Amino acid sequence: MANIKDIIARFSEKPGGLIEAYHALQKKYNYIPAEAIKEAAKIFGVSEAQAYGVATFYSYLSVKPRGKYIIRICESAPCHIAGADEVIKAFESELGIKTGETTPDGKFTFELTECVGQCQGSVVVTINGRPYLDVTPEKVPAILAEYS
Amino acid sequence: MIKEMRIVLRNADKIDPQNISDYIAAGGYKALEKARNMKPEDIISEVKKSNLRGRGGAGFNAGLKWSFVPQSETKYVVCNLDEGEPGTYKDRTIVEKDPHTLLEGMAICGHAIGSNKGFIYCRGEYPYIVEHLNHAIAQAKEEGVLGEFDIEVRMGGGAYVCGEETALIESIEGHRGEPRFKPPFPGVEGLWQKPTVVNNVETLANLPEIITRGAEWYSSIGSSTYPGTKVLTLSGDIVNKICIEVPTDTTIREVIYEFGGGIRGGKKLKAVQIGGTSGAFIPASMIDIPIDFDSMRNAGFTLGTGAVFVMDETRDIVDVVTRIAKFFEHESCGKCNPCREGTFRCYEIMKKINQGRASSDDLEKLQLLGRVMSKACLCGLGQAAPGPILTTLQHFRHEYERKLFLS
Ligand SMILES: Cc1cc2nc3c(=O)[nH]c(=O)nc-3n(C[C@H](O)[C@H](O)[C@H](O)COP(=O)(O)O)c2cc1C
Ligand code: SF4
Ligand code: FES
Repeated sequence: MANIKDIIARFSEKPGGLIEAYHALQKKYNYIPAEAIKEAAKIFGVSEAQAYGVATFYSYLSVKPRGKYIIRICESAPCHIAGADEVIKAFESELGIKTGETTPDGKFTFELTECVGQCQGSVVVTINGRPYLDVTPEKVPAILAEYS
Repeated sequence: MIKEMRIVLRNADKIDPQNISDYIAAGGYKALEKARNMKPEDIISEVKKSNLRGRGGAGFNAGLKWSFVPQSETKYVVCNLDEGEPGTYKDRTIVEKDPHTLLEGMAICGHAIGSNKGFIYCRGEYPYIVEHLNHAIAQAKEEGVLGEFDIEVRMGGGAYVCGEETALIESIEGHRGEPRFKPPFPGVEGLWQKPTVVNNVETLANLPEIITRGAEWYSSIGSSTYPGTKVLTLSGDIVNKICIEVPTDTTIREVIYEFGGGIRGGKKLKAVQIGGTSGAFIPASMIDIPIDFDSMRNAGFTLGTGAVFVMDETRDIVDVVTRIAKFFEHESCGKCNPCREGTFRCYEIMKKINQGRASSDDLEKLQLLGRVMSKACLCGLGQAAPGPILTTLQHFRHEYERKLFLS
């Protein structure tokens, strides 16, 4: 808890710092814990409902616990026609989970996303923000092996 | 072979973007020095005369936008680096290859409107760009080239609508990124109610060269009503998936076949969607149009962000449009009813068509719904969302009819 307070307090003087604080919290915990939202509401002088509303508006922020590594696959049109569906299936079967789920060991969360701005390399996957380009189903095991 | 013309990307791959001395050695920050010796109103009129029009999609004259900014003690310059438009990666490329061109452009804008505080709103998908920019800003501060002008980078959270300027402002203020009613426009009442100029990365990155070489030089390049160059990003079934910068009188055909190297696998072109995911689908028979804003608009198309998404003859238009309809259903912020409900229904009907369960009645409903949305939605997201549906119903109706449930 002290930790949560410290993180949020770093941004308390910054106008509009709530989202920055959430980014920092998420970097540390992989999600934004409920008590952090309460704390943030107090520090930034908004209602808890407002603080929660902000946390749930942005797809990058999560109020639910997630894995250590967030795998996101782009399914926007350029990646879609390049074969994103096949790559999604490959990740699901390698990880043994469906999109939106986290592996039981808490290591990987697998999510769908829209364009991440690397469309020269469709199909694009990001893991904790790092892009992987021209991903095919065959490449999936090797990508995951980097995190083992 | 036609060549690119590089203004915004003039230093790309020629200098080390991590090293400010490279940029300075290439003549960098000279334009800002020149601008500082000019009267603010003279900079504004020079930019106005250059006819530089916003590269973020709306095509509004940048100098004119600045001229509306009223007197106020505090004003802000906001750079829109949200770049959420699928198929678009130009702003990332510009910043990756030459971040100081952007910083210099922002400082020029700051001097012109009398602001000493700039924000760059960078999308959450680009954490490495945030670091890259912070590094460049730190170097610029150390060198003292920005003078009194301070620049801060803020990171978005993965919401497409935050690219809309008033939603972006809400987001910097720490709120949900929901668009505001306009007017008042941000130029008059923006960030923390202060006058705020919001410009796209590419717009701002054009400024140093415009100041250095003058309005006359700039306005003589490319098409007369939308002069200069446009940075385009090619994606889809094209040989060269690259980022290029070309004069605005370049045609779509030249973009695809000269710069893009044509269609992959020797296939034929079926359609090209320009301007991002809300852009029109342009049939292969209509690609001899220059890419400039007005030529595109007069033909019923959009230049938008300059994304060029190419589909070959084997692609299923209805399937792609269904995917796009899902995008808008997901990204609608929900503030206004026509969009919240409309994008949901568009996706629902598109799925029905794509799965072969629809009748011609559904096509009529879809068309009516699209027309209502383009008029009744609060912001550009909802207004533009039906674009792909309406233009494919116009140019590719047979693809829809082929999938209708016949009984
Ligand atoms: C839904 C939506 C998303 C937008 N996304 C962006 C974006 O990612 N980048 C951008 O520069 N402009 C975007 N715009 C346009 C901005 O609202 C604004 O017009 C632009 O930043 C102004 O800059 P410019 O005049 O330099 O083009 C978007 C507009 C809408 C309606
Ligand atoms: S048009 Fe859509 S995105 Fe724009 S304000 Fe309305 S609901 Fe939100
Ligand atoms: S469409 Fe997938 S990264 Fe842009």
